[in-house]
Amino acid sequence: MTTSLLFAIPLLYLLAAVLSLVPLGRWFARGLTIVATVGALVAAGGCAAQAVAAGSITAIPDWVGVDGFGALLLLLISFVGALAAVFSWGYMKVRARERGKRAIRLYHVNFNLFLFSIVMVPMMQEVALAWIAIELTTLLSVLLVGFENNHEALEAAWKYVILTMIGAAIALLGIIVLYRALQDAHGGPFTWSALQAAAPGLSPVLFEAGFLLLLVGFGTKVGLVPLHVWLPDAHSQAPSPVCAILSGIETSVILYVILRLFPVAAALPAVHLQNWAIAFGLISVGVAAFLLIQVRDLKRLFAFSTVEHMGIILTAAGFGIASNSFIAPYQMLTHALAKPLCFFAAGSALMVAGTRDIAGLRGLIRRAPLAGAALLIGGLAITGAPPFALFLSEFSIIKAGLSGGHYVAVALLVAFIVVAFCAVLAHINRIVFGHPEPLPKAGAPFPFTSAVALVLAVVPVIVLGVWIPGPIHSLLSLAGASIGGAAP
Amino acid sequence: MSGLLGPLNNLAGGLFLLNAFAMVATRQVRGCLRFFIWQSLCLVASAALIGGITGTIELFIVAAINLLTKPIIIPILLARSVPEDIHTRREIVQVLTIPSALLSALVIAVVSYFAGRTLLSAAAPLVPAANVPIGIAGLLLGAFTIAVRREAVPQLFGLMAMENGAFYAAIAFAPDLPLIAEVAAAFDALVIVLLVAILTRAIHERVGTTEVSSLTTLKEEPRP
Repeated sequence: MTTSLLFAIPLLYLLAAVLSLVPLGRWFARGLTIVATVGALVAAGGCAAQAVAAGSITAIPDWVGVDGFGALLLLLISFVGALAAVFSWGYMKVRARERGKRAIRLYHVNFNLFLFSIVMVPMMQEVALAWIAIELTTLLSVLLVGFENNHEALEAAWKYVILTMIGAAIALLGIIVLYRALQDAHGGPFTWSALQAAAPGLSPVLFEAGFLLLLVGFGTKVGLVPLHVWLPDAHSQAPSPVCAILSGIETSVILYVILRLFPVAAALPAVHLQNWAIAFGLISVGVAAFLLIQVRDLKRLFAFSTVEHMGIILTAAGFGIASNSFIAPYQMLTHALAKPLCFFAAGSALMVAGTRDIAGLRGLIRRAPLAGAALLIGGLAITGAPPFALFLSEFSIIKAGLSGGHYVAVALLVAFIVVAFCAVLAHINRIVFGHPEPLPKAGAPFPFTSAVALVLAVVPVIVLGVWIPGPIHSLLSLAGASIGGAAP
Repeated sequence: MSGLLGPLNNLAGGLFLLNAFAMVATRQVRGCLRFFIWQSLCLVASAALIGGITGTIELFIVAAINLLTKPIIIPILLARSVPEDIHTRREIVQVLTIPSALLSALVIAVVSYFAGRTLLSAAAPLVPAANVPIGIAGLLLGAFTIAVRREAVPQLFGLMAMENGAFYAAIAFAPDLPLIAEVAAAFDALVIVLLVAILTRAIHERVGTTEVSSLTTLKEEPRP
């Protein structure tokens, strides 16, 4: 009983992917996807409750299971997935009208398979299988990135698959080095918890080499600067619901795999992962903040903001390595709630105005009040303005950094966040309140389901900005404990 | 008997590295395919030889899986899914001239030797120690191949060569890696080839070229 809910999540996605192939009219695949993703969300909620009650869920010992962090991620993935499925309904109706029934069906097959591959990453306790799951997330999303099938989308898909696969091969070497380190220490199953248990006996050289190879390899997939060059392309050319999944949660899930090595390092005094994390994190935040100033495409704006936030999460992991380890999962949570809203708003603007160009979108609030308002809220939320959830999480990161004595790093982080804040809001201000140029062409009507998805996405961003419900709080501290230095 | 296996494994390693260099230097798409097949055969030979030296049954299975997928299924898959005229292409303009590409590759190989030595000195002693630096060199040279190749299909072979390199190191460094991971990785390689082939075809049809290094429209500057 306890593990059936855990297995239900990937099985629902798989089932929906297979059944989406059935040619039963346009509504079938769409409706089925919504039902399956909402079902998966309910199952993930159940799993989270079980994890909070029991500490962790073990489905197949040494192979499949989740701890607190994994349960949090399952909840976030299924939440973003369900929202994206709702948003897809209207978005596909408007944007893919001329593509035919088969393309829409294949989109939904791919969409569900992509979600399936993402949930496999936190479920895999075996490290080598986690690598395979991450490979699958790339492979099953390439065709989604190239879905528009035009020059730009195919270019983005090509860069995406080649660069992330280079990263995956480097990460594979890292996995092999970690395996060797574990075997030299005591052997046994190759799981995250076994690595943690064997930590005092691991060779520091092998462990640090393995960590750096994983940081570079998976860092490519996460979009850490300077390995981010593909990310703004792929995350801007994919259909908006897919962008919400890619940016909002997929990058965080890959970063989670890197963070799994932090508690191992806590037992190795010769290894200083936090220095690597803070350095890489700050470089990402800084470069992304300045790149945000000069973007001309609304979705690229949010893609660069993802690079920035991945940097913030990595920096947070560096700050919180010993005592405040919940701040990295906390930032993942708030980012995963705010980013889909941004991409849904950008997708709505695209549907209404037919362009992603910031210059061509001016005066959005007059053309489409709902899309304009959502974009404004999304922009404020993602930059960490006060009433929203990201303000609290970024504030707790700064607090943890100060109490850890990282004064220079905190100063840089705050400066970069302020630069990013100004850059994003300057662009959003131009879009929402700017003087509209002569309308390029009449946009499509705004679908009802997209409006529903926008409203559903706004609610948690506001609620979590003022109040964290008790169960979420205990899930967060459990997630923090699983990457904290404490004994398992 | 086992006295002969070690030198044979070193021979396979030398040929593996030679093929990695050849992929950096060759300009023809078909040439790249041929060198990739030879390199994969070296990987298969080394896996079987190390299996013989250390008596690890899993390595024979790894060798069999690699023999089936890389030199046999992947070329068939590519021939079926990518149009013929892409296979017969060659690069006219190169990113780097062949001598400078080979010199850079040499530097990469030397760096890999020292990186491999550092890793080896930290781990428990291995029997076929040469595999680790050669594997790292194969991995890095594969990445370098992707950087210097302009055509889509040779970039794919660069990717596959990186994977070959990682596995070449793995068969010595982690010979008892769970078999399910090896099987999944082989399957994964097939999916990569299939997807990249689909993408290559789409780019060929929609953009009119397979010279992927000329795909540079996505950037921050205003479009002309």
